[in-house]
Amino acid sequence: MDRIARIGAAVLGAVLLASATACGGSGKPTTASVPGVTATEIVVGTHQPLTGPAAAGYSKISAATKAYFDYVNANGGVFGRKITYKIMDDGYNPANTQQVVRQLVLQDKVFAILNGLGTPTHTGVLDFLNTNKVPDLFVASGSLSWNQPTKYPYTFGYNPNYTIEGKIIADYVKANFAGQKVCVFGQHDDFGADGLKGVQQVLGAGGVAHSETYDVTNTNVAPAIGALKQAGCQVTVSFSVPGFTALAVGTAARTGFRTQWVVSNVGADYTTLSGLLKAAGTPLLEGLLSTSYLPAVDDTANPWIAEFRKLNDQYNNSAPFDGNVEYGFSVGYLFVQALKAAGKDLTRQGIVQAVEKGGFTGPGLAPFRYSKTDHSGYRGLQMGKVQGGKQLLFGPVYTTDDAGGPVEQSSTAQPVPPENGIPA
Amino acid sequence: MRHWTLLRHLGATALAAAVLLGVTSVLDPFRDYQLATAAAYLCAAAGLTVLTGLNGQLSLGHGALMAVGAYTVALVQNGFGAHDVGTQWTVPVSLAAGVGAAAASGAVIGVAAARLRGPYLAGLTLVVAVAVPAVTTVFGGVFHGDQGLSVYLPPTPAALGEDFPVERWQAWLALCAALLTLLLLANLIRSRFGRTLRAVRDDEVAARLAGIPVARTQVLAFVVSAACAGLGGGMFAVLAQSVSPGAFALTLSLNLLLAVVVGGLGSLAGAVWGSLLLVLLPYLTDTLTSSLALSPALTQRLAGNLPLAVFGLLLVIVMIAAPGGIQGLLNRAGRWARGRRHNRPVRRVDPSAHDAESPPPVATHT
Repeated sequence: MDRIARIGAAVLGAVLLASATACGGSGKPTTASVPGVTATEIVVGTHQPLTGPAAAGYSKISAATKAYFDYVNANGGVFGRKITYKIMDDGYNPANTQQVVRQLVLQDKVFAILNGLGTPTHTGVLDFLNTNKVPDLFVASGSLSWNQPTKYPYTFGYNPNYTIEGKIIADYVKANFAGQKVCVFGQHDDFGADGLKGVQQVLGAGGVAHSETYDVTNTNVAPAIGALKQAGCQVTVSFSVPGFTALAVGTAARTGFRTQWVVSNVGADYTTLSGLLKAAGTPLLEGLLSTSYLPAVDDTANPWIAEFRKLNDQYNNSAPFDGNVEYGFSVGYLFVQALKAAGKDLTRQGIVQAVEKGGFTGPGLAPFRYSKTDHSGYRGLQMGKVQGGKQLLFGPVYTTDDAGGPVEQSSTAQPVPPENGIPA
Repeated sequence: MRHWTLLRHLGATALAAAVLLGVTSVLDPFRDYQLATAAAYLCAAAGLTVLTGLNGQLSLGHGALMAVGAYTVALVQNGFGAHDVGTQWTVPVSLAAGVGAAAASGAVIGVAAARLRGPYLAGLTLVVAVAVPAVTTVFGGVFHGDQGLSVYLPPTPAALGEDFPVERWQAWLALCAALLTLLLLANLIRSRFGRTLRAVRDDEVAARLAGIPVARTQVLAFVVSAACAGLGGGMFAVLAQSVSPGAFALTLSLNLLLAVVVGGLGSLAGAVWGSLLLVLLPYLTDTLTSSLALSPALTQRLAGNLPLAVFGLLLVIVMIAAPGGIQGLLNRAGRWARGRRHNRPVRRVDPSAHDAESPPPVATHT
């Protein structure tokens, strides 16, 4: 009798405890019918790798986005509402993402999830966000999964997807490194897989001599790099996060593996890579090819870069202005644009419709794809190269689709930023 | 007498179910989700407390067994999804498959474990905890590496209405699993098998002399415990609608052990406390750090680490001050209160209360 009484008491005690904490948490009266939106505030959340294997570089993105919102808030907000940006660290671990996104949506009652970072991390919360009808805007990744308007009507990508990127890289490699052995080094998830798919679409299945993958939980890339060296790869296309780009480039140099690296935009930021490679960075990164859909950070003549650098000094404690900071600012700009397009009576459905209507502009080199039937982000990219310690872009901007379509030159001119840096 | 035990347990389960049903409907979705998570932990913790507390076998690998359950549920559910089978009974079926797979793995580990003692057993189970999540990256084609699998789940039953929160439905599922686990284990502990478990723990030679097959008992204990872990892991998959190796890292195995020791080793009630702590402690420390307005750098350093530190500290304190864990402390308090009321020496009030119960097992039993 004693034991059962005790279990009973424990369960009962547990229940009381849970209810007690419940009172503490849900005591706030919510008058607004739209979660996270009041007359004076819009609460938005995100999950970011502030720690863990992808923190290098990426941990600066959300701070920049927040800085942009601070600037907008200081200028009256959007329709009188100030934007509150709740940043949660998931350590690039999909299991943590589950936890923090639920906390943001269920407990903090955010209006939307903005720029949740990572292919493996964000893939796991797609179902949760869409069942709960939470706008899942501008995911910081180029996985093909974000573009499933019928299955996931609330999710929109931001980066050009990795298949597009793979196609554009392969097209460039085909034209400039003809006859050379091309290999692919990719992250062991949809990021690497989607990228490989794109490269193979242009070069053919036999066009990729060898492909290797790495796991973010294992920092030993030597076996993979060794296998690439063994295969005699002359050009290696890398779909990797900055930390692993640095590991790959460093390991290759140590083992005497000479190859032309072509790195996906998400893992090619020069400032981040040279920070990771320290003194070896300058010689190792020279000549590294990459892609970008945002203007080069060193292109100080670009009005967007000038504007963002100014705001970075004023609102982001003059953080070193690299590709991640630029990325963070451009996401903030796009979100404010979407909020304005959704109108004064902000609803979750309203902002989804506004993004589907499209027509957004910004610092991007290529246009967005957003429409009712397409939830992908940017349409194309430009090639970049490290020369004399600076990562500059060259050649035309290329656009393509993620199916069998050709890689074409884009003719869209980059718009001029608004006077005050806030979208009209 | 046996029938009475069963009836009592059934009654208590029904009562707990009724109370919990009421509680879930007042809680907001986030609390329901936390409750569901605690219930999923409880399935595994209850199994572990039987293995370690009542049978004296230490397992550092229960997180891996949970992973086996979770991935089985994911694969079976996605199999159903691929064939457009969307009815509610798919969840119990895949959970049963998860329990089966975990029990089978438990049997394999158990056979090896029955030959090992003390640190060697700990070492073996530790290897399991480290190796199993790594399997997902080696066989990336099936398990999708670090990204993991998303789990196809049938939507909340339409009969509950449009606005019925998914989290409440999940809490019901998880609480059903936890109550079922507790009911079955409570009966098992009181049965002949439960007595042989304790006999083997206390003295293997004496148990063998009494005609108890020691090795078989130990393997069976491992199987039962692994089955519970499989159910808990399967519930994790259902709750998160996805599985990934990051959720079943070594820390999960260690946390489970911490939970049952701090809660009170060998007692199911202790497992309830422990599971609750596993959910509440990280949450409370998180709330605390965010309310203190610390510098961003310090907050970042504390995030994720503070709960571990608090848990470790709690473990040290509990081991020194109350080796019986939270439940042991509560029992003492209860006896003291009863002693006061009857104005008689504490120990005389209910001699069976202490003696019939297993002596508070401490870590040295491993």
